[in-house]
Amino acid sequence: MNGFIRYFSAVKARFKLKNYLTYFIFLAFILIFAPLGLTGSLKMSTEFMLEQIGYSIVAAISLSLVVGFLGELSLGHAGFMSIGAMVGALLQNKLYPSLSASSPFLALVIAMIVGGLAAAVFGFIIGLPALRLKGDYLAIVTLAFCQIVQTIFEQLPFFGGTLGIANAARYSSHKLFIVIFVVALISLVAINNFIKSKHGRAVMAIRDNEIAARAMGVNVSFNKIFVFVFSSFIAGIAGVLMAASKNTVAANAFTYNYSIDILVMVVLGGMGNINGSIVAATLITVLNISLNNVFTGSMAAIKNIVYALVLILIVIYTNAPGLKSFREKHGFGVYWSKFTAKIVKLFSKKELKQDPAKEKEFGADWSKVPTKVEMDAILSTDLTPDKSYVSDKPAPDGKTDGSGKGDK
Amino acid sequence: MLDFLTTLINGLSLGGVYAMIALGYTMVYGIAKMLNFAHGDIIMVGGFALLIVCNATGITSVSLIVAVVVCMAVGILTEILAYRPLRGASPLAVLITAIGVSYLLRSIAQLAFGTEAKYLEINMGTIAIGSFRLSVGTLVTLLSASLVMVLLTLFINKTRTGKAMLAVSEDKDAAQLMGINSNRIIMITFAIGSALAALAGFFIILKNPFSVNNTMGAMPGIMAFTAAVIGGIGSIPGAMLGGLALGIIETFSNSVPALNPYTVAIEFALLIVILIVKPTGLIGKKKREKV
Amino acid sequence: MAEIILKTENLGISFGGLKAAEDVNLEIVKGDMYGLIGPNGAGKTTVFNLITGVYKPTFGKVFLCGKDITGESQMNVNKLGVARTFQNIRLFNNMSVIKNVMVGLANNPDYKCNIAQSIFRTPEFMRTEIAMREHAKKLLEVFGLLEERNQLAYNLPYGKQRKLEIARALATNPKLLLLDEPAAGMNPHETEELMETIKFVRKDFDMTILLIEHDMKLVSGICDKLTVLNFGHELCKGETKEVLNNPEVIKAYLGDEN
Repeated sequence: MNGFIRYFSAVKARFKLKNYLTYFIFLAFILIFAPLGLTGSLKMSTEFMLEQIGYSIVAAISLSLVVGFLGELSLGHAGFMSIGAMVGALLQNKLYPSLSASSPFLALVIAMIVGGLAAAVFGFIIGLPALRLKGDYLAIVTLAFCQIVQTIFEQLPFFGGTLGIANAARYSSHKLFIVIFVVALISLVAINNFIKSKHGRAVMAIRDNEIAARAMGVNVSFNKIFVFVFSSFIAGIAGVLMAASKNTVAANAFTYNYSIDILVMVVLGGMGNINGSIVAATLITVLNISLNNVFTGSMAAIKNIVYALVLILIVIYTNAPGLKSFREKHGFGVYWSKFTAKIVKLFSKKELKQDPAKEKEFGADWSKVPTKVEMDAILSTDLTPDKSYVSDKPAPDGKTDGSGKGDK
Repeated sequence: MLDFLTTLINGLSLGGVYAMIALGYTMVYGIAKMLNFAHGDIIMVGGFALLIVCNATGITSVSLIVAVVVCMAVGILTEILAYRPLRGASPLAVLITAIGVSYLLRSIAQLAFGTEAKYLEINMGTIAIGSFRLSVGTLVTLLSASLVMVLLTLFINKTRTGKAMLAVSEDKDAAQLMGINSNRIIMITFAIGSALAALAGFFIILKNPFSVNNTMGAMPGIMAFTAAVIGGIGSIPGAMLGGLALGIIETFSNSVPALNPYTVAIEFALLIVILIVKPTGLIGKKKREKV
Repeated sequence: MAEIILKTENLGISFGGLKAAEDVNLEIVKGDMYGLIGPNGAGKTTVFNLITGVYKPTFGKVFLCGKDITGESQMNVNKLGVARTFQNIRLFNNMSVIKNVMVGLANNPDYKCNIAQSIFRTPEFMRTEIAMREHAKKLLEVFGLLEERNQLAYNLPYGKQRKLEIARALATNPKLLLLDEPAAGMNPHETEELMETIKFVRKDFDMTILLIEHDMKLVSGICDKLTVLNFGHELCKGETKEVLNNPEVIKAYLGDEN
């Protein structure tokens, strides 16, 4: 019981609205749209768009783990989704007759788990070359993997060949997008929790400097493979969700071009910025669908031209070394942090201090956590500075008062 | 036996096409340190240039020259407008821009010409030695690919510009300090790569008259990129070797009915195996980070 | 008899016939401040790389506290108790200062927490995370980096980056600290401050230190014992004063008078 209270007080102490804003936006989104969907008052096209946004988000954040945090380029993410989708669809069709007709939800959940696991197995296999290869070489291996998966699926008769599998057990479209958004929220929380732990830090250490990471005792092989497995597990789930929102699932929906589409979301969202990936996935999906409606028939190419131009201009704008000083004044990040600051202010009523030493990611003031951590046991070494070494030069530890608790 | 010989020659000529495209990838990678994903689409630009000029004039040689010039112009233009502003940015940003350029070129072609394949036949006839028949086009492809490689090697090793290229590929900043205009060298590299892409486009049309459409460069592009990586990206003999190997494997695999549907998978599986066994490709230089 | 922390026996490596280091016999006793000096290209960093497992030795053995660690991976060498810094600073540039240190703390047995616990944020995760952060803060405080803890490591000034690298190495709780040219690129003032930091680390963390250095002032100021390498071979070794007055050493550094 005591531990329980301590846990919650620790959670409360480190709680800061800004860190959880995305979760709340997600929840609010689900709470607004769920009743509309359940009562059937949304248009089919709107539901389809919401489904598409949802699984694009799942796909984008899972890729973000590899590209943004492990720092390896994957061009074969669609391959993992494809495995999840095909295995999931096959399983759903097989399960459908044996389960009662009223439980397509259960079939979907089982499909997600199995599809995710199937993709994770291949994530492990692709993780192995990642131990030896880096950068462009690894990118081409992932691309090759995607092509191989597509070719093989198209040749296997029980996956329907090039025609694909008809989705016999299609889950109610009025509820599907709600399920997709809940899954997206869960994956988001899981990925965020992973990143903001010592394992996530180890992964980022590998990204920033692999040699130093090894020298600091980071298990590079394990972490690399784990990221691939974790990322492909979630990508597999995204594939199942994508399959669930379509009438037929065919391997040719998961080409290398689709991998690129997801990659674009991650890159435009900002590398290593999960919230950015979510925003980019949403915007790109909405833009894609609405441009599709505007430019039809032979004019469809205009949409692609606009898309390509926007992509090129945004990448140049966000990355060109020559535009650095301009970005620091007018970058997206500047406006985004202003926006979040405003939202936080709205809810917390507290004045936001622009303290440079403010904790950025965890946000909490850890020294106020009411748990009694046995620091003395953990710190076996005595860190009190010795004044005899403080000659005429300011000692490196000049700010300590000797008690070891002097920070804050 | 004759079948074997025909397949081998066809494989070599396909390999020549791949090698020519792979040379473009490998030179740009070696000198500008970027993967030019739009390289395949330069082939498509060349294809359409050939189509238009050929239909207008009917003279193959003229249309080939026009295609080469157009491709060089497009190559240089993309370099200046899209890639140059990103010099010094992260490789991934440059790669995404290249993907954007690739989409852009494809979409412009789609807007202008639609998506259906256009017919353009360039017939060079066949020669027959007994029962052994061989199209002149295949032979020309093979010979010109070899010639291009020899000329390119000579160019890089013997001329001032070629040596400057080597210097830029070793260390761009040091080369700049030695008075080499690295932007100009990178531009020349793009021009040469694009010219080779135009040639490759010509040979692709020679093989299949129904190949001109807005994605005609996609698959040869990916295959040639694979070839470049198998050979060791950044290495010119590597691109030749990888291209020829891939061309022969593809042709032989396609000639066996049981393997035919899996040809792409076989090629890519080969790539993965080679990279795992030899992570820098067959002839790639190993770069070791100094600790 | 003091405990021998590190001992190398005829340690050496050849790269395709070129012997970058040969017959290196180091013996470092607990509490030593041991210097490894020598002209450029003498193989000093190579010896570090052999000890820490970056290269696998072609000849000889490395013992840490009597345990044979020859050919162990870098990760295991670190876990067994050898931490190092790098000649060209290698920080995790896009991570905050405190996270750099926390990466080093991750293998500490007090902060055990598996991936599932992290993903589900169990109480165990919260406890270790809080404790790690406190521990990291104390380390940063000691090195005067507490104020900058949320800055990206990349944005620190050069001298502080060096300090952070040492703090990060100490976070892995080593028995032996290897410093690879810590004063490289520093001005005399910064070097002096660094000397104080190293002395202080030695005393207050009860640390055994092996360092590579070019700066003779720094070496003679803080090292008790030296080994001089030249062309991959040991030229001489012993107490700092004796070694620095050895004519062989002077010749290697300044060239032959004739």
